[in-house]
Amino acid sequence: MYMHEWALAEAVVSAVSQIAQREGLKFVSQVKIMVGELQQVELDIFEFALTQLKSGILEKAKFVLETVPARLLCRVCGKEWSFARNSLARDASEAVHFIPEAVHAYVRCPKCGSPDYEVVTGRGVWIESIKGVQHP
Amino acid sequence: MDRKHKRCTASMMDPRVSVISGRLKGVKRVIAVSGGKGGVGKSLVASVLALILSDRQHQVGLFDADFTSPSTHVILGASKIQPLEDNGLVPCVAHGLRYMSIVAFSHDEALPLRGTDVSNVLIELFAITRWGELDFLIIDMPPGISDAALDIMRLVRRLEFIIVSTPSLLTFETVRKLVRLLADMKAPVLGVVENMKMRESTFLARQVAAMGVPYLGEIPYDPKVEDALGNVKLLRETVFARKLSEIASKLESCP
Ligand SMILES: Nc1ncnc2c1ncn2[C@@H]1O[C@H](COP(=O)(O)OP(=O)(O)OP(=O)(O)O)[C@@H](O)[C@H]1O
Ligand SMILES: [Mg+2]
Ligand SMILES: [Zn+2]
Repeated sequence: MYMHEWALAEAVVSAVSQIAQREGLKFVSQVKIMVGELQQVELDIFEFALTQLKSGILEKAKFVLETVPARLLCRVCGKEWSFARNSLARDASEAVHFIPEAVHAYVRCPKCGSPDYEVVTGRGVWIESIKGVQHP
Repeated sequence: MDRKHKRCTASMMDPRVSVISGRLKGVKRVIAVSGGKGGVGKSLVASVLALILSDRQHQVGLFDADFTSPSTHVILGASKIQPLEDNGLVPCVAHGLRYMSIVAFSHDEALPLRGTDVSNVLIELFAITRWGELDFLIIDMPPGISDAALDIMRLVRRLEFIIVSTPSLLTFETVRKLVRLLADMKAPVLGVVENMKMRESTFLARQVAAMGVPYLGEIPYDPKVEDALGNVKLLRETVFARKLSEIASKLESCP
């Protein structure tokens, strides 16, 4: 049984192939992926899935993963704070892992108690850049 | 970096969107149950329609896409709705339906989301949910032409719409706009269902016909519905279900 990280990896591989083709690349050498802390992606599994799924234009691609801290900003009082992964109960933590926005059901602004805050950075998985070699 | 090498900034590209159509590949028809106004019976129609089609041996999925006030789990009396983690999420099975609702993630808590959050959740759910092979995926749509409704239209290009209306002039006013918008977006409308009818009137049927949209039929206000909520056996026995059953036959015979 594969983890949900495989579905995310599938999405990344499919998106990178589409971009690479659109940009006229012959092959992709490096893909930089940002992984937001909020989603609590298991990096080992995610990276393994990426290397297993890559093929064709991505055959030689190296995946560089970078973790982005989750920063939350209250829309009501302006307080900014970091999300602490171990602050959630197991159920809640699992829900946020699948759907990061579920955080709004479980976390309140530490200053004013509002659920109306923005996840400024570190939500989920993002493709930052793609390097490759173009067709001559 | 020499000229042969290229570095593209992909930050505008959301990796999740690229897999959505693939995730719905095994789904034959995606039916969006929508309406111009709140409280007209969208969730009830979506839930009972899903049950009826499933009773007729179709493989049916039900997706509750109303994140602000999800209600299909209450209508169906579905308590254990945890999806299974397997290369994404496999929907749970509730009364024979493959079922997905935000409640699986928000549990009993309120989930106050802004527009961009709602978009993100929709994209995430469409990208990771593995519906498998389905004859029908029924979507209980968020209200009218909200951000969320527009997002679903953008993400799932093959929606067929059922529009639920009440007999009221006020509801029809919003239905008229919704129908126009859908026509502009080239989204197929299967037709309008007239719900909660309390007296004889041909107003809505005539108006709908004048717009060139099929009038699928009427469902009376059924006082038995309230006590049947949460109990699919009782729901199936309501006049509501019987009338919706006739409408379902029309949908089955569409392309
Ligand atoms: N034909 C009917 N007879 C009796 N009660 C009905 C009928 N149709 C709907 N109802 C009831 O009316 C209420 C509103 O229905 P429902 O929640 O399905 O509407 P909705 O359009 O999904 O609302 P919302 O816009 O809030 O999502 C519910 O209590 C439902 O049980
Ligand atoms: Mg509803
Ligand atoms: Zn605050």
